[in-house]
Amino acid sequence: MKRLSALFVTLLTAAGLHAGEVQVAVAANFTAPMQQIAADFARDTGHKAVLSFGATGKFYAQIVNGAPFEVFLAADDTTPAKLEKEGHAVLGSRFTYAVGKLVLWSAKADFVDAKGDVLKGGNFNKVSIANPKTAPYGTAAVETLKKLNLLDAVQPKFVQGENISQTLQFVHTGNADLGFVALSQVFKDGKLNGGSAWIVPGEFHEPIYQDAAILAKGKDNAAATALLAYLKSDKAKAVIRSFGYDLR
Amino acid sequence: MLLTDSDLQAIWLTIRLAGITTLILLLIGTPIAWWLARSRAWWKGPVGAIVALPLVLPPSVLGFYLLLAMGPNGPFGQLTQSLGLGTLPFTFWGLVIASVFYSLPFMVQPLQNAFEGIGERPLEVAATLRASPVDTFFSVVLPLARPGFITAGILTFAHTVGEFGVVLMIGGNIPGVTRVASVQIYDHVEAMEYADAHRLAAVMLVFSFTVLLAMYTRRSPARKAA
Repeated sequence: MKRLSALFVTLLTAAGLHAGEVQVAVAANFTAPMQQIAADFARDTGHKAVLSFGATGKFYAQIVNGAPFEVFLAADDTTPAKLEKEGHAVLGSRFTYAVGKLVLWSAKADFVDAKGDVLKGGNFNKVSIANPKTAPYGTAAVETLKKLNLLDAVQPKFVQGENISQTLQFVHTGNADLGFVALSQVFKDGKLNGGSAWIVPGEFHEPIYQDAAILAKGKDNAAATALLAYLKSDKAKAVIRSFGYDLR
Repeated sequence: MLLTDSDLQAIWLTIRLAGITTLILLLIGTPIAWWLARSRAWWKGPVGAIVALPLVLPPSVLGFYLLLAMGPNGPFGQLTQSLGLGTLPFTFWGLVIASVFYSLPFMVQPLQNAFEGIGERPLEVAATLRASPVDTFFSVVLPLARPGFITAGILTFAHTVGEFGVVLMIGGNIPGVTRVASVQIYDHVEAMEYADAHRLAAVMLVFSFTVLLAMYTRRSPARKAA
């Protein structure tokens, strides 16, 4: 009963603040940090961020066709630029909120060595990657294998996730021994959550700049502006770093 | 109308998947439908419900269970591994098994209706003429249930062609192996290749309409006669 009345008080005060709400499309790789940031954002500003997670290319199609998103946190820098050029994003709102890191990960302990030599051995059933045509982490994975001269050898073992979350899921369920995923998915508070990993050095692929922008639908929403400002705050940056991202 | 090689590959794969699934379901679905049409056992109800489940279940539920069950730690995955077959997700045969589950009611239910429509009388007549049950089935039941078989076959094939969610969850999007037409369209849309998506989507639309048109025009004279 006490808890219930506490809930009512919370609801009433939250409503009393006249806090805004903002609809956010978030690239799948940024799921975990964004959930934490949205919770902090609600606590610190009273605004509520309603989050949808998915593939950047799919969000693009939805935004162009009238989806109600007001802020977009993409997995690349080209899609937000394209949206801005086409008038779907607010001019000048674009900035890089995180620089992604690619990791070769296995659910099994000691399966991946610190240099990624496991790829040369060929002793694995499948390598899960995000669709390189649509997902930046997939593109980076292919670039890395090319750099290692292993693309032709490893390609027959590719399985593709629809987005980076499904890519991880294939490895997590043990259906693929290895997978190229975003470091943020398997990393928290400065260390791996489990399994074994090779953090791919940045020089192996083009940098994964992840840009955010306010979309046309969020132009006059104070909560949208507040969220983008909040992403630039030291508090949010610390969260972003703790999941293994770099900042530009 | 210019389809790319990878589009044609996806279409051919889809046709193969739907064709093999339909053949397997003809073999599995016929005895199940026959039993459901004839049996008075108390567990006829539960079996009928299980057969109908894929009509109601979200493909994500089926895909989730299949991914875990056929994976290296799942019961089915351990069976296939011990038989030296490896694991089935991300393979063509994995998709076939998933499709057999997914399209089961589309085969069984029309057949069951057809078998029930035959009634007792022709079977009794055949029995008095000393036809064995097997003989009765092939020379009496099959010809009488022919329209049911055609409907069931067409529906099963078309429904498998239209499969998307389950394939997305266990397929791994491998060209020529698990990248069927519906997934290829999804890929085109995500890659912002809308012209390619339009072409392939139009092919699917025309195909589906033609199949249904063939089925409904074939049916209507029979209805008038009745």
